[in-house]
Amino acid sequence: MIGANPASNHPIAFRWITKGREQKGSKLIVADPWFTQSAAMADLYVPLRPGTDTAFLNGIMNYAIQNNLFHREYVVAYTNASYIVHPDFKIEDGLFSGFLESGKYDTSTWQYTGEKDPTLQHPNCVFQILKRHLSRYDIKTVSEITGAPADVYEEVCKLYCSTGKPDRVGNAIYCMGLTQHTHGTQNVRALAMLQLLLGNVGLPGGGVNAERGESNVQGACDIGVLFHVLPGYNPVPSAKAHPTWAAYREKTTPSTGYWVNRPKFLVSMLKAWYGEHATGENDFCYDFLPKTAADHSHVSTFQDMTKGVVKGMFAWGQNPVVGGPSAVQAREAMKNLEWLVCVDLFETETAAFWKAPGADPAKIATEVFLLPAACSYEKEGSITNSGRWIQWRWQAVEPPGEARSDLWIADRLFKAIRKEYQENGGVFPDPILKMKWDYGEAECDVVKVALEINGYEVATGAPVQSFTKLADDGSTACGDWLYSGYYNDVHNPPCKRRDNVDPSGLACFHRWAFSWPANRRILYNRCSVDPSGRPWHPERALFRWNGTGWVKNDVPDFNAKLPPVETADKAFIMLPEGQARLFAPGVKDGPVPEHYEPVESPVGNRMSGQQHNPLAVLWKGSIFDKYAPAESADFPYVATTFRLPEHYQTGGVTRNQPYLVELAPEMFVMISKTLAEKLGLKSGDWVRVATARSEFKAKVAVSSLVRPLTVQGRKIEMVCIPWHWGFQGLATGAIGNDLTPAAGDPNTRIPEYKAFLCNVHKV
Amino acid sequence: MFSMKKLSRRDFLKSVGLGAAGLTALDAFGGRSAEALLLKKRTEMPPWKLQYAEETPTICCYCGVGCGIIIHTRDGKVIGCQGDPDHPINQGALCPKGQAITDVSFVVAENERRHSMYERPRVRNPRRLTKVLYRAPFATEWEEKSWDWALSEIAKRVKATRDATFERTDADGVTVNRTQAISLLGSATVNTEENYLMQKMMRGIGAVHIDHCARL
Repeated sequence: MIGANPASNHPIAFRWITKGREQKGSKLIVADPWFTQSAAMADLYVPLRPGTDTAFLNGIMNYAIQNNLFHREYVVAYTNASYIVHPDFKIEDGLFSGFLESGKYDTSTWQYTGEKDPTLQHPNCVFQILKRHLSRYDIKTVSEITGAPADVYEEVCKLYCSTGKPDRVGNAIYCMGLTQHTHGTQNVRALAMLQLLLGNVGLPGGGVNAERGESNVQGACDIGVLFHVLPGYNPVPSAKAHPTWAAYREKTTPSTGYWVNRPKFLVSMLKAWYGEHATGENDFCYDFLPKTAADHSHVSTFQDMTKGVVKGMFAWGQNPVVGGPSAVQAREAMKNLEWLVCVDLFETETAAFWKAPGADPAKIATEVFLLPAACSYEKEGSITNSGRWIQWRWQAVEPPGEARSDLWIADRLFKAIRKEYQENGGVFPDPILKMKWDYGEAECDVVKVALEINGYEVATGAPVQSFTKLADDGSTACGDWLYSGYYNDVHNPPCKRRDNVDPSGLACFHRWAFSWPANRRILYNRCSVDPSGRPWHPERALFRWNGTGWVKNDVPDFNAKLPPVETADKAFIMLPEGQARLFAPGVKDGPVPEHYEPVESPVGNRMSGQQHNPLAVLWKGSIFDKYAPAESADFPYVATTFRLPEHYQTGGVTRNQPYLVELAPEMFVMISKTLAEKLGLKSGDWVRVATARSEFKAKVAVSSLVRPLTVQGRKIEMVCIPWHWGFQGLATGAIGNDLTPAAGDPNTRIPEYKAFLCNVHKV
Repeated sequence: MFSMKKLSRRDFLKSVGLGAAGLTALDAFGGRSAEALLLKKRTEMPPWKLQYAEETPTICCYCGVGCGIIIHTRDGKVIGCQGDPDHPINQGALCPKGQAITDVSFVVAENERRHSMYERPRVRNPRRLTKVLYRAPFATEWEEKSWDWALSEIAKRVKATRDATFERTDADGVTVNRTQAISLLGSATVNTEENYLMQKMMRGIGAVHIDHCARL
C-alpha cells in the first residue's frame, strides 16, 4: 500500500484487508510519508519523503531482479520483457534518447525492432535495459533519496518480493499519493511494472488497485466527462491529428488487439447522437464533433479563464475554488467569467466566489445561476465503483422544494438551448438541431438514457446484448460501448441484480450488479493461469484448461474458444502487442520510470542533472507562475495534502451535515513534535502557513504521527494539510489548496498536490 | 420502487420485530438468552425505528468503494439508514460518512438531539438549496427565480457566447466546429446517465473544455 490511506478514506475497503490479515495471515506493508491510520494497522510501515515514490518502487524492482525473485515464466509469457528495442535507445543523465529543444521527446529510438529473445539475454531486450536502468537504485541510494531507513526498506523489498513465487500473490493499492505528482504516471507505472515482474496481475487477490476517491469517478471517466476522451475511451478528435473521419479511423485503429473494433464503437456512438442524420455518406456526422485545439484540462481551463478565453462555465457538482491547485488563482480567474452556472446541493464556495473573503462584489460582473439539485437517493440511476461494478441507486424520497435531478436539469437545459436555435437560428446550428435527444417530452426517462448508453439495433430498437454485436455500418447505435450489456434487458437489467451468491469462492459475485466490460470481474485474467492453462495456485483457480475446454470462474479476458497455446502470448487484449509493457514506448516522459524531484523540492536530484521531470507541465498566469527554488531557505519544509474520514473532498456536502461537522469541525495543519519544539508551538496554537503562492492561518496539531526524515544527511520536516474547508457551510476554515502548485504530470495533467515547499510561523 | 422478491434475512428479522440493529445486538451477545433479553427490553423501548418504514437500497455517494445502504423512509421523510446487510462489499457495515448520508436530506431537529436515537424527529436539512438562485452583475445578494426563467436565460447566454466564439475551421482550414469559450466541469458523484447527457449536450454545442475532478 503506497500513497493511499484507505483505513481513513476508504474504511470499508480496508475492512477486507484487516480480514485478510486476521483470517488468511496476509501481511500488510504501508509506505507513506506520515504514520497514517493504515500504517497503524500494518505489519511493516516504512516512511518516505513526499515525491520519491518512483525511486522507492524502482528499488524494489531492482531487488527482485538482482536477487532473482521475479516470476520468470510469467514475465516471459505475459510481458514484453523479451522484445528487442532500437539499438540507439539510451538513458543518459536522467534523459532518454530523442530529447528535443522543444522540451518533448522524439520517440523513434524507443520503438521495438520486431525481434524477441525469450532467454532475456540480448543486451537490448526490454529485460536487460530495465535491469541496467534499475541497477542504479540500490538500497543505499534509495534510502538516501527517500529518507526510508535502509534496514526497514530492505525488509520491505524482501517481504514484497516474496510474492514473486508462482503460488503467492501480492496486491498493490495506491491512491492520490502516487498520482498527484509531476511524475505521477511514472509512479503508477513503476507500481504496475513491479506487479508484472512478480506475476501479480490478473489473479484473484492481485492487481494494481486505485482506491477511487468519489462514488462515480470511474463512471464519469468511462462516460467521457474528460477533455481528451469520448465515452468508452475513444480519443476526442484533435484538429492536428484527426482532421477527417478517415484520418481518425486510420490513426486510432491499430491492426491488432481489441481496438481494431474502434470504428464500430465510434460509429455506433455517432448513430446514438445523430440518429437518421448520421450516414455513411456524411461520415456519420464525424465533423459535428468539436475538435480540440490544445490541452483543455482542468488547470488549463482556469489558465484560459485568466486570459479571458473561457467566458462561460458550468460547475456541475464540482467545487474548483476549493479543489483546484492554487485555488486562490481560480477565484481570481472566475472574476473574468461573463456567466457561471452552478448545479449543486448546497451553496458552495464556487457558487459564492463573488463574496469570498477579500472579494468585492461591486467589482465582479459575473452573472451566477445556482440551480438546486437532488441528492443521490432523491433520484435514480447508476454509478460505477473502483471495481468497475455498475450499481443502480433507487429513489427513496422526493428532492426538497424545487430541487431537481441532474438528469432533469440536463434534459431541460438542452431543450431550452435547442429552442433558442429553432426560433432564432444562429451560427452553424446543425449539431444542436440534428442531435438525437428524445428521452420524453415532459420528464426525462432515465431508462431511455440507459438504453441508449447500452446500445440498440437501429432498425428494431431492441437493446444489444453486448458490444460484440456493434457494427460500423450504422445498423447499431450505442452511447458507450464499454457499458453494453449493463441495461440489455428492460425488465431485468443486469445493473439492478441483487443476488449475492458467489459460487467461485473468489469474491467474483457475477450475479450482483454488472461489471464492465462484459461482466468480467478480474481484468487480464488469462494471467491467472500459466501458459498451458494450469492455475498458478489451486486455491485461486479462476480458470483451468481440462484438455478439451476451459473450466471458468470468471468471464474470460481472452478467446476461450481457443486452446491455451493460442492465447498465451495475448493476455493483454487491449494492447496491439498483446503483452504487458515493462517498457512503454507511448509514455510521454520516458518508457521506463526515472526518479525526478518534485518541482518544489528541499534537495537536489541525487540521480541526475535533471532536477524535476523535464516534461512537467507548468501552467502560466499570475500566481500559477510562482515556485520556490530547490533547497529554498524561505520555504524549508515539505508540505503534503491529505484527507479525513469525516469529510468528503472540498466539504461542499459534508460541511453542511451537522453530525460530520461535529466530528471534524475545524481546519488544522499537522506537524512533528521536533518542528513544534523548534518553533515553540503546541497543539491548538494558530500558525501562518505560507508557500510561494499564498498563505493562510490555521490551528496546528502537534503529532507523533509525523516525524522528520533524514535525506542526504539533512533532517527534513513535513507539514500535512487537509483541504476539506472553505468559507461556506456550517464549519469554515482556510482553503488548503490555496497553497498547492499548478504544476502537472505531462501524461495526465494532474497537479502536484502531494509535494511542495512551505514555511510555518507562529501567529 | 424496489421490492424484495424473496424473504431475506432482513425481512425475517423485521417480521420478528428485529431490524439490523437487533441483529448486531444478537451477534454481539450471542445465543438465545441475548435474544430473549432484547425482546424483553423492547417492550420498554420507544417506537422501533424500522416500524412502518419503507426501505430503499442505494449506493453510497462518497468514496469509490460502492457500499450498499438501505434508506429508511416514513411518510416521505428519511428517518434513518443502515448498511445493506446483503451487499457483498460492505455486508452491513458503514463508515462515518456513509452512516451520516441521511443528513444530506433530513437532519435531526436542532432542539431534539436529547432524545434516544430511535425517536429523534428529523426535518429537511435547512441548508439545502430549494430554489433557483440568481446573482446579477455587481449584486451583493442572491435573488430567487423560477426554473423557466433560469433555463431560458442560461440558454440565451450559451447561445450568445457560442455564436460569438464559434470556430467552423481553424488556421489550417481544418473543420473544427468548436467554441473555446464555454467550459463544463462535470461531476464524479452524479449518476452515469446524468454525466452522459451533460457531455453529450456540451459536445453538441461544440465545447472542448470538458473535464471533472478525476483530473485532480
